[in-house]
Amino acid sequence: MVHYAVLALGGMGLVLGFLLSAAAKVFFVETDHRVEELEKALPGANCGGCGYAGCGSFAEALAAGTADAGGCTAGGSAVTEQLCAILGIELVKNTRLTALVRCSGGARARNKFAYQGIEDCHAAMRIAGGYKECPYGCIGLGTCMKSCPFSAISLVDGVAVVDHERCTGCQTCIASCPKNVIIPVPYYADVNVACSSRDRGGSLRRICDIGCLGCRICEKTCIHDAIHIVDNLAAIDFEKCTGCGDCAEKCPRKLIVDAKLDRGPRLMEG
Amino acid sequence: MTWQGLITMSLGAILIENFVLVRFLGICPFLGVSKKMDTAMGMGMAVIFVMTAASAATWAVDAYLLKPFGIEYMETVAFILVIAALVQIVEMFLQKAVPALYKALGIYLPLITTNCAVLGVAIINSDLGSGFLESVLFSFLSGVGFTFALLLFAAIRQRLEFAEYPDAFEGFPIALVTAGLLAMCFMGFSGLEIFP
Repeated sequence: MVHYAVLALGGMGLVLGFLLSAAAKVFFVETDHRVEELEKALPGANCGGCGYAGCGSFAEALAAGTADAGGCTAGGSAVTEQLCAILGIELVKNTRLTALVRCSGGARARNKFAYQGIEDCHAAMRIAGGYKECPYGCIGLGTCMKSCPFSAISLVDGVAVVDHERCTGCQTCIASCPKNVIIPVPYYADVNVACSSRDRGGSLRRICDIGCLGCRICEKTCIHDAIHIVDNLAAIDFEKCTGCGDCAEKCPRKLIVDAKLDRGPRLMEG
Repeated sequence: MTWQGLITMSLGAILIENFVLVRFLGICPFLGVSKKMDTAMGMGMAVIFVMTAASAATWAVDAYLLKPFGIEYMETVAFILVIAALVQIVEMFLQKAVPALYKALGIYLPLITTNCAVLGVAIINSDLGSGFLESVLFSFLSGVGFTFALLLFAAIRQRLEFAEYPDAFEGFPIALVTAGLLAMCFMGFSGLEIFP
């Protein structure tokens, strides 16, 4: 009895094995071996930051030569280096991006009414453009938080906050935000303005305890001519900014974020 | 087979003895790929395809190899072997001959080579002692039942995205609660008879 079982299964295994190897020869399809290597080098989060459906289709496009090797914002310079090595092309320095929520309001920004609907910013937008008095600010229902493939966004006091170390710059959140309050900024920028209100100081003061009043103190403080008030809002020219942090210190509303204060200056890679 | 028998069999395979919600087979893909309707559809199609093909192959192995030698007790091992090899060959064949279908089924095809729903249908067929046509038909209908349950669940989960529930239930917990409720609903079909 045991012989039968061993013989039958062994025979089956043998026959199927031969069949499989024969099929592998007969149905052999020429594939670019680089696609596999490229896919292995990519992060595999399928975030879509490169503009392709996922890491797989990005790898195919890379091998076909239709995609830019620096396209993977999520992987950053380390991945780009690997991709370039596989493709045999020269590395061009990649500039890392991170997302910035240009709002510090949250609990400090007044509400127009009490919202009790679906926990989603797009849904809240449908009712009178959101329940915040400020038409520019973060609604704070966390649509970006849910969209982030890298869990880099959290809600702190009703406003979205990006963890810049986790953020890979894939820009998924930027597309998800109905208020367009999130923008891409250079990772190496130490100083950022966390407000997007273009209201005048007087009317803004009534609806938000922290928004930018356009007082021009930062503009006068900056010795590098890097920060200017444009449409009642401070804007930083990252080409000129040295990240000294003087403006952040002088800002009466404390809405210019100096990231150096809690982590030390970011060092340029490579 | 009469058409009455066919209707009874479809009802049985799709609703009364639904693979996922009543027999609790194939729970892994049921929870894993039910976040979106289109992936659920792709998975469902792949399962229907593999189940039908696998039942034909396993029926042949059962009838011409296991039964004549009196080694039915080896059916689990033999079936797994046959199904895995079959799916591999079919995958290679599709990649060469029908690349469009290969792309559509994509990752799902190799994923279900050792799925318990596929093995389950082979073993159920062998236990029932059904004929070739009956086995293949039953497997196809079971696959349809699986797809039906998967699509239902995916549709519910898509709506759950915008529902409000306690944070602790985020993700899998709420999916499991939903699956439980859905399974309870399907219990209601038990004892359904059209041609008494």
